[in-house]
Amino acid sequence: MRLGANTWIGGGLFAVALAVAVTAPWIALTDPVMDANLLNAELPPSREFPFGTDAQGRDIYSRVVYGAQISLTVGVVSQIANSIIGVTLGLTAGYWGGWWDDFVNGLTNVMLAIPSLIFALAIMAILGPGLVSLLIALGLTNWSYSCRIARAQALSLKSQGYVQAARILGYGPFRIMFTQLLPNMLGPIIVIATLGMGGTILAEAALSFLGLGIRPPFPSWGSMLSDARETIAVAPWVSIFPGLAIFLTVLGLNLLGDGLRDIFDPQATTRRA
Amino acid sequence: MLLVLVRRVGNMVPTLAAVIALIFVLFSVIPGSFMSGLGDDGRTMDPAVMERMRKEMGLDQPLLERFVKYAGATLVGDLGTSFRTREPVTKLIAGRLWPSLKLTMAAMLVAMAIGIPLGFVAALRPGSLVDTVSMVGAVSGLSLPKFWLGLLLMYFFALQLKWLPSFGYGDGGLTHLILPAIALGVSPLALLARTTRAAVLDVLNADFVRTARSKGMSERRVVTWHVMRNALVLVVTTVGLQFGSLMGQAVVVEKLFSWPGLGSLLVDSVFQRDIPAVQGCILVFVLFFLVINTLVDLAYVAIDPRIRYG
Repeated sequence: MRLGANTWIGGGLFAVALAVAVTAPWIALTDPVMDANLLNAELPPSREFPFGTDAQGRDIYSRVVYGAQISLTVGVVSQIANSIIGVTLGLTAGYWGGWWDDFVNGLTNVMLAIPSLIFALAIMAILGPGLVSLLIALGLTNWSYSCRIARAQALSLKSQGYVQAARILGYGPFRIMFTQLLPNMLGPIIVIATLGMGGTILAEAALSFLGLGIRPPFPSWGSMLSDARETIAVAPWVSIFPGLAIFLTVLGLNLLGDGLRDIFDPQATTRRA
Repeated sequence: MLLVLVRRVGNMVPTLAAVIALIFVLFSVIPGSFMSGLGDDGRTMDPAVMERMRKEMGLDQPLLERFVKYAGATLVGDLGTSFRTREPVTKLIAGRLWPSLKLTMAAMLVAMAIGIPLGFVAALRPGSLVDTVSMVGAVSGLSLPKFWLGLLLMYFFALQLKWLPSFGYGDGGLTHLILPAIALGVSPLALLARTTRAAVLDVLNADFVRTARSKGMSERRVVTWHVMRNALVLVVTTVGLQFGSLMGQAVVVEKLFSWPGLGSLLVDSVFQRDIPAVQGCILVFVLFFLVINTLVDLAYVAIDPRIRYG
Protein backbone atom coordinates (compact mmCIF):
# COMPACT_ATOMS: atom_id res chain seq x y z
CA MET A 1 0.00 0.00 0.00
CA ARG A 2 1.48 3.31 -1.09
CA LEU A 3 0.66 6.14 1.22
CA GLY A 4 1.31 9.10 -1.08
CA ALA A 5 2.63 12.58 -0.35
CA ASN A 6 -0.75 13.92 0.82
CA THR A 7 -0.99 11.37 3.58
CA TRP A 8 2.54 11.97 4.81
CA ILE A 9 2.43 15.77 4.78
CA GLY A 10 -1.12 15.91 6.13
CA GLY A 11 -0.52 13.29 8.77
CA GLY A 12 2.69 15.04 9.75
CA LEU A 13 1.00 18.42 10.18
CA PHE A 14 -1.79 16.88 12.23
CA ALA A 15 0.69 14.91 14.34
CA VAL A 16 2.59 18.11 15.11
CA ALA A 17 -0.64 19.85 16.14
CA LEU A 18 -1.55 16.90 18.39
CA ALA A 19 1.93 16.85 19.92
CA VAL A 20 1.75 20.59 20.63
CA ALA A 21 -1.65 20.18 22.31
CA VAL A 22 -0.47 17.30 24.49
CA THR A 23 2.83 18.87 25.52
CA ALA A 24 1.47 22.43 25.90
CA PRO A 25 2.26 22.75 29.63
CA TRP A 26 5.93 21.91 28.95
CA ILE A 27 6.60 23.78 25.73
CA ALA A 28 4.71 26.98 26.58
CA LEU A 29 6.95 29.76 27.89
CA THR A 30 4.43 31.51 30.10
CA ASP A 31 0.96 30.98 31.52
CA PRO A 32 -1.43 31.81 28.66
CA VAL A 33 -4.02 33.52 30.84
CA MET A 34 -2.30 34.89 33.93
CA ASP A 35 0.93 36.28 32.55
CA ALA A 36 -0.49 39.55 31.27
CA ASN A 37 1.81 42.53 31.62
CA LEU A 38 0.80 45.80 30.08
CA LEU A 39 4.43 46.91 30.05
CA ASN A 40 5.03 44.23 27.40
CA ALA A 41 1.94 45.08 25.33
CA GLU A 42 2.12 44.70 21.55
CA LEU A 43 5.79 43.81 21.27
CA PRO A 44 6.85 42.41 17.89
CA PRO A 45 8.34 38.90 17.75
CA SER A 46 11.66 38.70 19.58
CA ARG A 47 13.84 36.13 21.32
CA GLU A 48 11.86 36.50 24.54
CA PHE A 49 8.46 36.44 22.79
CA PRO A 50 8.86 34.32 19.63
CA PHE A 51 5.48 35.33 18.18
CA GLY A 52 5.32 38.75 19.87
CA THR A 53 2.81 39.84 22.49
CA ASP A 54 -0.84 40.90 22.35
CA ALA A 55 -2.60 44.02 23.62
CA GLN A 56 -2.50 42.70 27.19
CA GLY A 57 1.19 41.88 26.96
CA ARG A 58 0.66 38.12 26.91
CA ASP A 59 3.04 35.87 25.02
CA ILE A 60 1.29 34.89 21.77
CA TYR A 61 3.43 31.78 21.31
CA SER A 62 2.23 30.34 24.62
CA ARG A 63 -1.36 31.21 23.82
CA VAL A 64 -1.14 29.58 20.39
CA VAL A 65 0.33 26.47 22.01
CA TYR A 66 -2.50 26.24 24.55
CA GLY A 67 -5.04 27.10 21.87
CA ALA A 68 -4.17 23.80 20.21
CA GLN A 69 -5.73 22.00 23.17
CA ILE A 70 -9.10 23.62 22.64
CA SER A 71 -9.12 23.32 18.84
CA LEU A 72 -8.15 19.68 18.85
CA THR A 73 -10.41 18.70 21.74
CA VAL A 74 -13.36 20.26 19.97
CA GLY A 75 -12.30 18.83 16.61
CA VAL A 76 -11.75 15.28 17.79
CA VAL A 77 -14.57 14.93 20.32
CA SER A 78 -17.33 16.54 18.27
CA GLN A 79 -16.29 14.74 15.11
CA ILE A 80 -16.48 11.43 16.96
CA ALA A 81 -19.99 12.38 18.08
CA ASN A 82 -20.91 13.32 14.50
CA SER A 83 -19.54 10.06 13.16
CA ILE A 84 -21.41 7.98 15.73
CA ILE A 85 -24.71 9.78 15.06
CA GLY A 86 -24.28 9.78 11.29
CA VAL A 87 -23.14 6.19 10.99
CA THR A 88 -25.82 4.84 13.33
CA LEU A 89 -28.59 6.67 11.50
CA GLY A 90 -27.24 5.92 8.03
CA LEU A 91 -26.48 2.27 8.72
CA THR A 92 -29.89 1.51 10.21
CA ALA A 93 -31.69 3.53 7.51
CA GLY A 94 -29.89 1.75 4.71
CA TYR A 95 -30.28 -1.69 6.26
CA TRP A 96 -33.90 -1.48 7.34
CA GLY A 97 -35.29 0.84 4.68
CA GLY A 98 -39.01 1.60 4.94
CA TRP A 99 -40.40 4.40 7.07
CA TRP A 100 -37.22 4.65 9.13
CA ASP A 101 -35.23 5.31 5.95
CA ASP A 102 -37.71 8.00 4.89
CA PHE A 103 -37.48 9.59 8.32
CA VAL A 104 -33.66 9.61 8.36
CA ASN A 105 -33.60 11.01 4.84
CA GLY A 106 -35.98 13.77 5.82
CA LEU A 107 -33.88 14.56 8.87
CA THR A 108 -30.72 14.69 6.76
CA ASN A 109 -32.42 17.06 4.31
CA VAL A 110 -33.36 19.36 7.17
CA MET A 111 -29.79 19.28 8.50
CA LEU A 112 -28.41 20.08 5.07
CA ALA A 113 -30.84 22.96 4.59
CA ILE A 114 -29.68 24.78 7.73
CA PRO A 115 -26.12 26.02 7.15
CA SER A 116 -24.20 24.11 9.81
CA LEU A 117 -22.42 27.19 11.13
CA ILE A 118 -25.80 28.88 11.63
CA PHE A 119 -27.21 25.82 13.39
CA ALA A 120 -24.20 25.63 15.70
CA LEU A 121 -24.47 29.36 16.32
CA ALA A 122 -28.12 28.99 17.37
CA ILE A 123 -27.23 26.19 19.79
CA MET A 124 -24.37 28.25 21.24
CA ALA A 125 -26.78 31.14 21.68
CA ILE A 126 -29.06 28.92 23.75
CA LEU A 127 -26.43 27.05 25.77
CA GLY A 128 -24.10 29.98 26.32
CA PRO A 129 -20.37 30.10 25.54
CA GLY A 130 -17.93 27.47 26.78
CA LEU A 131 -16.17 24.25 25.86
CA VAL A 132 -19.05 21.90 26.70
CA SER A 133 -21.52 23.97 24.68
CA LEU A 134 -19.08 23.92 21.75
CA LEU A 135 -18.79 20.16 21.91
CA ILE A 136 -22.58 19.82 21.90
CA ALA A 137 -23.20 22.46 19.21
CA LEU A 138 -20.59 21.08 16.81
CA GLY A 139 -21.13 17.43 17.71
CA LEU A 140 -24.82 17.52 16.76
CA THR A 141 -24.74 19.53 13.56
CA ASN A 142 -22.26 17.97 11.15
CA TRP A 143 -23.33 14.36 10.75
CA SER A 144 -25.18 14.51 7.44
CA TYR A 145 -22.20 13.50 5.27
CA SER A 146 -21.36 10.48 7.45
CA CYS A 147 -25.03 9.52 7.40
CA ARG A 148 -25.28 9.72 3.61
CA ILE A 149 -22.14 7.64 3.12
CA ALA A 150 -23.10 5.00 5.72
CA ARG A 151 -26.57 4.70 4.19
CA ALA A 152 -25.23 4.32 0.66
CA GLN A 153 -22.70 1.74 1.82
CA ALA A 154 -25.28 -0.22 3.80
CA LEU A 155 -27.59 -0.28 0.77
CA SER A 156 -24.89 -1.68 -1.48
CA LEU A 157 -23.41 -4.10 1.07
CA LYS A 158 -26.59 -5.65 2.46
CA SER A 159 -27.15 -7.90 -0.54
CA GLN A 160 -23.62 -9.32 -0.39
CA GLY A 161 -23.19 -13.03 0.21
CA TYR A 162 -21.59 -12.73 3.62
CA VAL A 163 -24.47 -10.65 4.93
CA GLN A 164 -27.00 -13.17 3.67
CA ALA A 165 -24.92 -15.93 5.24
CA ALA A 166 -24.98 -14.08 8.56
CA ARG A 167 -28.74 -13.74 8.31
CA ILE A 168 -29.16 -17.45 7.61
CA LEU A 169 -26.96 -18.20 10.61
CA GLY A 170 -29.52 -16.35 12.69
CA TYR A 171 -27.58 -13.15 13.44
CA GLY A 172 -29.81 -10.36 14.72
CA PRO A 173 -30.05 -7.11 12.75
CA PHE A 174 -27.76 -5.16 15.08
CA ARG A 175 -25.16 -7.89 15.07
CA ILE A 176 -25.22 -7.91 11.27
CA MET A 177 -25.03 -4.12 11.04
CA PHE A 178 -22.23 -3.62 13.49
CA THR A 179 -20.13 -6.75 13.04
CA GLN A 180 -20.65 -7.44 9.33
CA LEU A 181 -21.50 -4.15 7.57
CA LEU A 182 -19.65 -1.60 9.67
CA PRO A 183 -16.13 -3.06 9.34
CA ASN A 184 -16.56 -3.11 5.57
CA MET A 185 -17.40 0.57 5.30
CA LEU A 186 -14.83 1.94 7.74
CA GLY A 187 -12.58 3.35 5.00
CA PRO A 188 -15.01 5.90 3.56
CA ILE A 189 -16.25 6.74 7.04
CA ILE A 190 -12.73 7.50 8.25
CA VAL A 191 -12.17 9.71 5.20
CA ILE A 192 -15.33 11.71 5.92
CA ALA A 193 -14.42 11.96 9.61
CA THR A 194 -10.95 13.30 8.80
CA LEU A 195 -12.29 15.94 6.44
CA GLY A 196 -15.12 16.71 8.85
CA MET A 197 -12.68 17.28 11.70
CA GLY A 198 -11.07 20.07 9.69
CA GLY A 199 -14.49 21.61 9.16
CA THR A 200 -15.27 21.34 12.87
CA ILE A 201 -12.03 23.07 13.82
CA LEU A 202 -12.82 25.89 11.39
CA ALA A 203 -16.33 26.16 12.86
CA GLU A 204 -14.98 26.34 16.42
CA ALA A 205 -12.62 29.11 15.36
CA ALA A 206 -15.48 30.96 13.67
CA LEU A 207 -17.77 30.71 16.70
CA SER A 208 -15.01 31.81 19.06
CA PHE A 209 -14.17 34.65 16.67
CA LEU A 210 -17.81 35.80 16.92
CA GLY A 211 -17.56 35.69 20.72
CA LEU A 212 -19.90 32.69 21.01
CA GLY A 213 -17.35 29.94 21.52
CA ILE A 214 -14.51 30.01 23.99
CA ARG A 215 -14.64 33.35 25.79
CA PRO A 216 -11.56 35.40 26.65
CA PRO A 217 -9.23 35.22 28.49
CA PHE A 218 -8.91 31.53 27.61
CA PRO A 219 -6.82 31.07 24.51
CA SER A 220 -8.76 29.78 21.52
CA TRP A 221 -7.28 30.52 18.11
CA GLY A 222 -10.60 32.00 17.02
CA SER A 223 -11.02 34.34 19.98
CA MET A 224 -7.38 35.44 19.68
CA LEU A 225 -8.15 36.57 16.14
CA SER A 226 -11.17 38.49 17.28
CA ASP A 227 -8.92 40.46 19.67
CA ALA A 228 -6.37 40.83 16.90
CA ARG A 229 -8.82 42.71 14.68
CA GLU A 230 -8.68 45.66 17.06
CA THR A 231 -4.93 45.98 16.90
CA ILE A 232 -4.24 44.91 13.34
CA ALA A 233 -3.02 48.34 12.25
CA VAL A 234 -0.27 48.53 14.89
CA ALA A 235 0.40 44.87 15.71
CA PRO A 236 -0.23 42.61 12.68
CA TRP A 237 1.68 39.70 14.26
CA VAL A 238 -1.17 39.28 16.73
CA SER A 239 -3.37 38.12 13.85
CA ILE A 240 -0.79 36.16 11.89
CA PHE A 241 0.15 33.32 14.24
CA PRO A 242 -3.23 32.08 15.55
CA GLY A 243 -4.57 32.12 11.98
CA LEU A 244 -1.54 30.26 10.71
CA ALA A 245 -2.09 27.64 13.42
CA ILE A 246 -5.72 27.09 12.33
CA PHE A 247 -4.71 27.02 8.68
CA LEU A 248 -1.91 24.47 9.09
CA THR A 249 -3.97 22.17 11.34
CA VAL A 250 -6.94 22.17 8.97
CA LEU A 251 -4.68 21.85 5.94
CA GLY A 252 -3.11 18.81 7.58
CA LEU A 253 -6.51 17.20 8.09
CA ASN A 254 -7.66 18.01 4.55
CA LEU A 255 -4.48 16.58 3.02
CA LEU A 256 -4.73 13.53 5.24
CA GLY A 257 -8.36 13.06 4.24
CA ASP A 258 -7.48 13.34 0.53
CA GLY A 259 -4.62 10.90 0.99
CA LEU A 260 -6.75 8.38 2.88
CA ARG A 261 -9.41 8.65 0.21
CA ASP A 262 -6.91 7.67 -2.46
CA ILE A 263 -6.06 4.61 -0.39
CA PHE A 264 -9.45 3.44 0.89
CA ASP A 265 -11.77 4.67 -1.73
CA PRO A 266 -10.24 4.67 -5.21
CA GLN A 267 -13.64 5.27 -6.83
CA ALA A 268 -14.06 8.31 -4.63
CA THR A 269 -17.58 7.72 -3.37
CA THR A 270 -16.84 10.17 -0.60
CA ARG A 271 -16.07 13.10 -2.88
CA ARG A 272 -17.62 15.96 -1.00
CA ALA A 273 -18.92 17.98 -3.90
CA MET B 1 -40.79 22.73 -17.01
CA LEU B 2 -43.75 24.09 -15.09
CA LEU B 3 -44.52 20.64 -13.75
CA VAL B 4 -40.94 20.32 -12.56
CA LEU B 5 -41.20 23.66 -10.82
CA VAL B 6 -44.41 22.69 -9.03
CA ARG B 7 -42.93 19.39 -7.93
CA ARG B 8 -39.73 20.96 -6.66
CA VAL B 9 -41.55 23.65 -4.73
CA GLY B 10 -43.75 20.92 -3.30
CA ASN B 11 -40.67 19.06 -2.13
CA MET B 12 -39.53 22.10 -0.17
CA VAL B 13 -42.65 22.11 1.99
CA PRO B 14 -41.88 19.23 4.40
CA THR B 15 -38.29 20.39 4.91
CA LEU B 16 -39.40 23.93 5.54
CA ALA B 17 -42.10 22.77 7.96
CA ALA B 18 -39.55 20.69 9.86
CA VAL B 19 -37.17 23.63 10.03
CA ILE B 20 -39.89 25.92 11.39
CA ALA B 21 -40.72 23.34 14.05
CA LEU B 22 -37.04 22.87 14.87
CA ILE B 23 -36.43 26.59 15.23
CA PHE B 24 -39.43 26.87 17.53
CA VAL B 25 -38.37 23.91 19.64
CA LEU B 26 -34.78 25.11 19.92
CA PHE B 27 -35.74 28.47 21.30
CA SER B 28 -38.74 27.49 23.38
CA VAL B 29 -38.56 24.04 24.85
CA ILE B 30 -34.94 23.67 25.84
CA PRO B 31 -34.66 24.25 29.59
CA GLY B 32 -33.29 27.63 30.53
CA SER B 33 -34.18 28.77 27.02
CA PHE B 34 -32.97 31.98 25.60
CA MET B 35 -33.92 34.15 28.54
CA SER B 36 -31.07 32.83 30.61
CA GLY B 37 -28.72 31.95 27.77
CA LEU B 38 -25.43 33.82 27.52
CA GLY B 39 -25.90 34.43 31.22
CA ASP B 40 -22.43 33.62 32.46
CA ASP B 41 -21.70 37.30 32.89
CA GLY B 42 -23.18 37.00 36.36
CA ARG B 43 -26.10 39.35 35.79
CA THR B 44 -29.39 38.22 37.22
CA MET B 45 -32.79 39.51 36.33
CA ASP B 46 -35.39 40.81 38.74
CA PRO B 47 -38.07 38.06 38.91
CA ALA B 48 -40.85 40.64 38.59
CA VAL B 49 -39.31 42.08 35.43
CA MET B 50 -38.77 38.57 34.13
CA GLU B 51 -42.43 37.71 34.71
CA ARG B 52 -43.60 40.89 32.98
CA MET B 53 -41.32 40.19 30.01
CA ARG B 54 -42.56 36.62 29.77
CA LYS B 55 -46.14 37.91 29.60
CA GLU B 56 -45.23 40.53 27.05
CA MET B 57 -43.58 37.96 24.81
CA GLY B 58 -46.45 35.54 25.30
CA LEU B 59 -44.17 33.02 26.95
CA ASP B 60 -46.74 32.33 29.67
CA GLN B 61 -49.12 30.62 27.25
CA PRO B 62 -49.18 26.84 26.74
CA LEU B 63 -46.49 25.52 24.45
CA LEU B 64 -48.72 24.00 21.81
CA GLU B 65 -50.75 27.18 21.54
CA ARG B 66 -47.56 29.16 21.09
CA PHE B 67 -46.35 26.81 18.41
CA VAL B 68 -49.57 26.97 16.43
CA LYS B 69 -49.48 30.75 16.68
CA TYR B 70 -45.81 30.90 15.66
CA ALA B 71 -46.15 28.50 12.75
CA GLY B 72 -49.34 30.20 11.53
CA ALA B 73 -47.79 33.65 11.66
CA THR B 74 -44.59 32.42 9.98
CA LEU B 75 -46.53 30.86 7.12
CA VAL B 76 -48.19 34.15 6.27
CA GLY B 77 -44.82 35.91 6.41
CA ASP B 78 -45.16 37.46 9.87
CA LEU B 79 -41.92 36.83 11.72
CA GLY B 80 -42.95 38.64 14.87
CA THR B 81 -41.74 41.84 16.47
CA SER B 82 -38.14 42.45 17.41
CA PHE B 83 -37.63 42.61 21.20
CA ARG B 84 -35.02 45.27 20.69
CA THR B 85 -36.28 47.72 18.13
CA ARG B 86 -40.02 46.94 18.43
CA GLU B 87 -40.13 46.81 14.65
CA PRO B 88 -41.48 43.89 12.64
CA VAL B 89 -38.67 41.38 12.08
CA THR B 90 -39.56 41.23 8.39
CA LYS B 91 -38.70 44.93 8.14
CA LEU B 92 -35.33 44.42 9.89
CA ILE B 93 -34.56 41.54 7.55
CA ALA B 94 -35.70 43.40 4.45
CA GLY B 95 -33.19 46.13 5.23
CA ARG B 96 -30.35 43.60 5.41
CA LEU B 97 -31.32 41.36 2.54
CA TRP B 98 -29.78 43.31 -0.31
CA PRO B 99 -26.32 43.76 1.26
CA SER B 100 -26.32 40.04 2.09
CA LEU B 101 -27.39 39.02 -1.40
CA LYS B 102 -24.88 41.38 -2.95
CA LEU B 103 -22.01 39.97 -0.91
CA THR B 104 -23.04 36.35 -1.51
CA MET B 105 -23.45 36.86 -5.25
CA ALA B 106 -20.18 38.75 -5.57
CA ALA B 107 -18.34 35.98 -3.69
CA MET B 108 -19.94 33.32 -5.88
CA LEU B 109 -18.99 35.30 -8.98
CA VAL B 110 -15.36 35.41 -7.84
CA ALA B 111 -15.48 31.68 -7.14
CA MET B 112 -17.02 30.75 -10.49
CA ALA B 113 -14.98 33.12 -12.61
CA ILE B 114 -11.70 31.73 -11.29
CA GLY B 115 -12.53 28.27 -9.94
CA ILE B 116 -14.22 26.73 -12.97
CA PRO B 117 -11.60 27.74 -15.60
CA LEU B 118 -8.83 26.74 -13.20
CA GLY B 119 -10.28 23.27 -12.65
CA PHE B 120 -10.84 22.90 -16.37
CA VAL B 121 -7.29 23.79 -17.33
CA ALA B 122 -5.92 21.56 -14.56
CA ALA B 123 -7.94 18.59 -15.81
CA LEU B 124 -6.82 18.98 -19.41
CA ARG B 125 -3.17 18.73 -18.32
CA PRO B 126 -3.18 16.34 -15.36
CA GLY B 127 0.15 16.18 -13.58
CA SER B 128 1.38 19.42 -15.16
CA LEU B 129 2.67 22.38 -13.21
CA VAL B 130 -0.65 24.21 -13.65
CA ASP B 131 -2.48 21.19 -12.27
CA THR B 132 -0.20 20.74 -9.27
CA VAL B 133 -0.13 24.41 -8.34
CA SER B 134 -3.87 24.90 -8.65
CA MET B 135 -4.70 21.78 -6.68
CA VAL B 136 -2.28 22.67 -3.87
CA GLY B 137 -3.85 26.13 -3.95
CA ALA B 138 -7.32 24.59 -3.81
CA VAL B 139 -6.69 22.42 -0.76
CA SER B 140 -5.09 25.44 0.93
CA GLY B 141 -8.11 27.57 0.04
CA LEU B 142 -10.38 25.02 1.67
CA SER B 143 -8.31 25.14 4.84
CA LEU B 144 -8.22 28.91 5.26
CA PRO B 145 -10.43 30.40 7.95
CA LYS B 146 -12.46 33.05 6.12
CA PHE B 147 -12.07 35.67 8.80
CA TRP B 148 -8.30 35.22 8.94
CA LEU B 149 -8.02 35.61 5.19
CA GLY B 150 -10.23 38.68 5.56
CA LEU B 151 -7.96 40.09 8.27
CA LEU B 152 -4.88 39.59 6.09
CA LEU B 153 -6.59 41.17 3.07
CA MET B 154 -7.65 44.06 5.27
CA TYR B 155 -4.11 44.51 6.51
CA PHE B 156 -2.41 44.43 3.11
CA PHE B 157 -4.90 46.06 0.77
CA ALA B 158 -6.60 48.50 3.11
CA LEU B 159 -4.07 49.42 5.78
CA GLN B 160 -0.72 48.99 4.01
CA LEU B 161 -1.43 49.71 0.36
CA LYS B 162 -4.51 51.83 1.08
CA TRP B 163 -6.11 50.68 -2.16
CA LEU B 164 -9.47 49.79 -0.70
CA PRO B 165 -11.54 50.75 2.34
CA SER B 166 -10.90 48.48 5.31
CA PHE B 167 -14.49 47.93 6.44
CA GLY B 168 -18.08 49.12 6.25
CA TYR B 169 -20.66 49.33 3.51
CA GLY B 170 -19.89 52.84 2.29
CA ASP B 171 -22.44 54.12 -0.19
CA GLY B 172 -22.96 50.57 -1.42
CA GLY B 173 -20.35 50.91 -4.15
CA LEU B 174 -17.94 48.35 -5.49
CA THR B 175 -14.85 49.35 -3.50
CA HIS B 176 -16.30 48.26 -0.16
CA LEU B 177 -17.48 44.99 -1.66
CA ILE B 178 -14.19 43.69 -3.08
CA LEU B 179 -12.34 42.53 0.05
CA PRO B 180 -15.31 40.83 1.76
CA ALA B 181 -16.27 39.14 -1.50
CA ILE B 182 -12.77 37.70 -1.93
CA ALA B 183 -12.62 36.56 1.71
CA LEU B 184 -15.97 34.80 1.31
CA GLY B 185 -15.33 33.54 -2.21
CA VAL B 186 -12.04 31.70 -1.71
CA SER B 187 -13.42 28.49 -0.23
CA PRO B 188 -16.16 27.97 -2.85
CA LEU B 189 -13.52 28.87 -5.43
CA ALA B 190 -11.26 26.11 -4.16
CA LEU B 191 -14.09 23.60 -4.01
CA LEU B 192 -15.26 24.52 -7.53
CA ALA B 193 -11.75 24.13 -8.93
CA ARG B 194 -11.51 20.65 -7.40
CA THR B 195 -14.98 19.59 -8.51
CA THR B 196 -14.57 20.91 -12.04
CA ARG B 197 -11.26 19.11 -12.37
CA ALA B 198 -12.73 15.84 -11.11
CA ALA B 199 -15.81 16.17 -13.30
CA VAL B 200 -13.81 16.93 -16.43
CA LEU B 201 -11.38 14.07 -15.76
CA ASP B 202 -14.36 11.76 -15.35
CA VAL B 203 -15.92 12.82 -18.62
CA LEU B 204 -12.60 12.67 -20.50
CA ASN B 205 -12.51 8.94 -19.76
CA ALA B 206 -16.08 8.33 -20.90
CA ASP B 207 -16.84 6.16 -23.90
CA PHE B 208 -18.55 8.88 -25.87
CA VAL B 209 -15.43 11.03 -25.70
CA ARG B 210 -13.34 8.18 -27.04
CA THR B 211 -15.90 7.67 -29.81
CA ALA B 212 -15.85 11.35 -30.67
CA ARG B 213 -12.07 11.30 -30.85
CA SER B 214 -11.89 8.12 -32.87
CA LYS B 215 -14.26 9.44 -35.47
CA GLY B 216 -11.77 12.23 -36.02
CA MET B 217 -13.42 15.10 -34.20
CA SER B 218 -10.90 17.80 -33.38
CA GLU B 219 -9.73 17.92 -29.77
CA ARG B 220 -11.02 21.43 -29.44
CA ARG B 221 -14.46 20.38 -30.58
CA VAL B 222 -14.45 17.32 -28.31
CA VAL B 223 -13.67 19.51 -25.34
CA THR B 224 -16.15 22.28 -26.05
CA TRP B 225 -18.92 20.09 -27.43
CA HIS B 226 -18.86 16.96 -25.28
CA VAL B 227 -16.70 17.45 -22.24
CA MET B 228 -17.84 20.88 -21.09
CA ARG B 229 -21.52 20.12 -21.42
CA ASN B 230 -21.32 16.83 -19.56
CA ALA B 231 -19.05 18.07 -16.81
CA LEU B 232 -21.41 20.97 -16.26
CA VAL B 233 -23.99 18.88 -14.35
CA LEU B 234 -21.64 18.19 -11.45
CA VAL B 235 -20.27 21.73 -11.54
CA VAL B 236 -23.78 23.19 -11.36
CA THR B 237 -24.58 20.96 -8.37
CA THR B 238 -21.55 22.28 -6.53
CA VAL B 239 -22.32 25.87 -7.47
CA GLY B 240 -25.85 25.42 -6.14
CA LEU B 241 -24.89 23.80 -2.85
CA GLN B 242 -22.15 26.33 -2.23
CA PHE B 243 -24.25 29.32 -3.20
CA GLY B 244 -27.13 28.10 -1.04
CA SER B 245 -25.06 27.83 2.11
CA LEU B 246 -22.75 30.76 1.40
CA MET B 247 -25.13 33.38 2.81
CA GLY B 248 -25.00 31.60 6.15
CA GLN B 249 -21.23 31.18 5.98
CA ALA B 250 -20.91 34.91 5.42
CA VAL B 251 -21.61 35.59 9.10
CA VAL B 252 -17.94 35.79 10.08
CA VAL B 253 -16.98 37.84 7.04
CA GLU B 254 -19.83 40.26 7.68
CA LYS B 255 -18.80 40.66 11.31
CA LEU B 256 -15.16 41.18 10.36
CA PHE B 257 -15.88 43.82 7.75
CA SER B 258 -18.85 45.37 9.62
CA TRP B 259 -20.99 44.55 6.62
CA PRO B 260 -24.67 45.31 7.30
CA GLY B 261 -26.02 41.94 6.14
CA LEU B 262 -28.19 39.24 7.66
CA GLY B 263 -25.20 37.56 9.31
CA SER B 264 -24.40 40.69 11.29
CA LEU B 265 -28.06 41.04 12.19
CA LEU B 266 -28.12 37.43 13.41
CA VAL B 267 -25.03 37.79 15.59
CA ASP B 268 -26.12 41.14 17.02
CA SER B 269 -29.57 39.69 17.75
CA VAL B 270 -28.02 36.71 19.51
CA PHE B 271 -26.08 39.02 21.80
CA GLN B 272 -29.15 41.14 22.46
CA ARG B 273 -31.28 38.02 23.03
CA ASP B 274 -33.68 39.19 20.39
CA ILE B 275 -35.29 35.78 19.74
CA PRO B 276 -37.77 36.75 17.01
CA ALA B 277 -34.95 38.35 15.01
CA VAL B 278 -32.70 35.31 15.52
CA GLN B 279 -35.46 32.93 14.43
CA GLY B 280 -36.27 35.12 11.43
CA CYS B 281 -32.68 35.26 10.24
CA ILE B 282 -32.25 31.49 10.47
CA LEU B 283 -35.45 30.98 8.54
CA VAL B 284 -34.26 33.30 5.76
CA PHE B 285 -30.95 31.43 5.46
CA VAL B 286 -32.84 28.14 5.13
CA LEU B 287 -35.31 29.58 2.63
CA PHE B 288 -32.44 30.92 0.54
CA PHE B 289 -30.79 27.49 0.52
CA LEU B 290 -34.01 25.76 -0.53
CA VAL B 291 -34.80 28.30 -3.26
CA ILE B 292 -31.31 28.07 -4.73
CA ASN B 293 -31.51 24.29 -4.74
CA THR B 294 -34.83 24.38 -6.53
CA LEU B 295 -33.31 26.66 -9.14
CA VAL B 296 -30.40 24.24 -9.52
CA ASP B 297 -32.82 21.37 -10.10
CA LEU B 298 -34.47 23.40 -12.82
CA ALA B 299 -31.07 24.14 -14.32
CA TYR B 300 -30.37 20.39 -14.57
CA VAL B 301 -33.38 19.91 -16.78
CA ALA B 302 -32.14 22.64 -19.05
CA ILE B 303 -28.56 21.30 -19.20
CA ASP B 304 -29.17 17.59 -19.35
CA PRO B 305 -32.09 16.43 -21.49
CA ARG B 306 -31.81 12.95 -19.93
CA ILE B 307 -33.01 14.28 -16.61
CA ARG B 308 -36.77 14.48 -16.48
CA TYR B 309 -39.04 14.68 -13.53
CA GLY B 310 -42.44 13.41 -14.42
